[in-house]
Amino acid sequence: MTFTLAFRNLFYDRIRLVVTLVGILFSIVLVAVQLGLYLGARTMIISMIEQADGDLWVMAYGTKNFEEAQPIPAREKFAALSTPGVAKAIPLITSFTDWRKPTGGSTLVVVIGAEAEDNGLRPWNVIEGDVSGLGARDAVMIDKTYLAELGVNGVGDTAQVGASRVRITGLTEGIRSFTVTPYIFTTLSRARSLLDMPVDKITYVLAKLEPGADIEVVRRQISQKVPDSEVLTRDEFRQRSLDHWLFATGAGVALIGGAILGLVVGTVIVAQTLYSSTKDHLNEFATLRALGSSSGYIHKVILTQAGLAAVLGYMLGMTIALTIVYLSEHTALPIVMTPALAALLLALTVAMCAISALSAIGKVMRIDPAMVFNR
Amino acid sequence: MTMPAQAMTMPATQTSNVVLEARDIVKELGHGAGKVRALKGVSLSLNAGELTLLMGPSGSGKTTLLSILGCILTPTQGSLFVAGQPTAGLNPEQLAVLRRKHVGFIFQSYNLFPTLTAEENVRVALDVRHQRGSEAIVRAQRALQQVGLRHKLKSYPANMSGGEQQRVAVARALVGAPAVMLADEPTAALDSENGLAVMQLLSEIARDKSRAVLAVTHDPRTVPFANRVLRIEDGLIVGEERRTEGVETVHELARNRKRKANA
Repeated sequence: MTFTLAFRNLFYDRIRLVVTLVGILFSIVLVAVQLGLYLGARTMIISMIEQADGDLWVMAYGTKNFEEAQPIPAREKFAALSTPGVAKAIPLITSFTDWRKPTGGSTLVVVIGAEAEDNGLRPWNVIEGDVSGLGARDAVMIDKTYLAELGVNGVGDTAQVGASRVRITGLTEGIRSFTVTPYIFTTLSRARSLLDMPVDKITYVLAKLEPGADIEVVRRQISQKVPDSEVLTRDEFRQRSLDHWLFATGAGVALIGGAILGLVVGTVIVAQTLYSSTKDHLNEFATLRALGSSSGYIHKVILTQAGLAAVLGYMLGMTIALTIVYLSEHTALPIVMTPALAALLLALTVAMCAISALSAIGKVMRIDPAMVFNR
Repeated sequence: MTMPAQAMTMPATQTSNVVLEARDIVKELGHGAGKVRALKGVSLSLNAGELTLLMGPSGSGKTTLLSILGCILTPTQGSLFVAGQPTAGLNPEQLAVLRRKHVGFIFQSYNLFPTLTAEENVRVALDVRHQRGSEAIVRAQRALQQVGLRHKLKSYPANMSGGEQQRVAVARALVGAPAVMLADEPTAALDSENGLAVMQLLSEIARDKSRAVLAVTHDPRTVPFANRVLRIEDGLIVGEERRTEGVETVHELARNRKRKANA
């Protein structure tokens, strides 16, 4: 009967139900979008580090993230390669430069240069063309998300980077940058040429370790050989990039802050409507008390009412959130929804409604059962 | 409220059919300068198999006394025994348990749940007693049948007359088989015909030798249904009248009415 009472109480006043559901829905959508953007940003920030086939990264001291790296001597590659436990040392070039659109104007891009045969960092999610095609003259690959931004229509189109001409030979899908700066994949030598980087410079050395090698020992040994550079594990570099973009710049704080704000606003709206619903049904709760119900029984009715509102609000909120996720899929700032995030949102919604129910429970606990005689 | 040990049990002089006894009940309401002594030392007992009326003018303390007898309010002084159990020192949860086990309420405004059907309203009283499932449904239906509402099981209060709603409230009070049924102005919101029908029902319920019924009222039409009438004024019981003859007459009248209806 507690479920029946809670269900009927909830649906008795349709307008209040709508207000409650809108409160929950608003909260869920806001939190889903904020946390989805946070997850999307996180994925974009670490995607290159995750895809690169390197256990250790050799880079210029103080490098804060993948895109903003300073050049290091190319000989660092040999220093890494000569260290016991290192199976492969792959040079990598990455830097910002200008892309001149064929239609006029220019935009900032990040050129990533690596030899395809090294398997250090190859374009992935290729939907048109082939990575082996990067060996062709002027060849570059871009993500289809940025076609409009780069002023091109697809494979075969040309543009200018620095003083050189580039030709699009392949397209990827879903390789997006947190800085909204398009990535341009090409070979190591062509990247050096496009970026006007001296032949004795590179940006990173990716060290792939032999099976069983102790990563800390190898890192220490490489560090001793490259005193002017820094050696980070993949996890450290990933964390440093996240710390920089999400926390040092305040972007992540803003997203998480937005999510918290959504929760607070949602909790206040749900608490207010539940409280006023309970107030309207106060005489019924007093009657229950007069009939001899325990306070636990009444708590159960109120909490069930809050739980029902949570589940309904969650279903509606998730429907809208998933629509937004779908619509953002092909934009430069995609919102990510994972099963874990969906579960977290459900838990947050239930918690939010349970907290909201506390004010209603407090009100019921203060009622005088004798009020049943005064109506 | 503390009580001497010997006062914590039912007095030995009492007859076995006493199901509720109140002794020297004092109730003060309000605080400070606004404090009012609503009951000034009320003693009474309710016997199983009797319908007792508590009559008195407004402000005489009827409802306060009813609240105390129903373990909703606690007395400032005095002692109360319900079904042989002392209520002194019990916390609100323990008092709720006592109500659940031994007390049934009928309210002036029925206090039905507007979102529940008649059957569900009755089942709530079983649900708070942890009695659920098909047995609870059968008991609720039987209680409604007892008050003549077998045909209204699925009706909502809004679709029922005042008399029908009060009969649902009677069924709700009855379904838990309480030792004491307390009714607060059960006919006040009803027209004459429905009021008499409800009183008839209460007097029939009171004939159960395991149950006492107390109705607070100021409706003189209810007097013929009572075995006993208590009069309260200014927080004190000022009179008691036994009415055996009158009750017999009422039951006779009811039997005659049924006979006529059947013929």
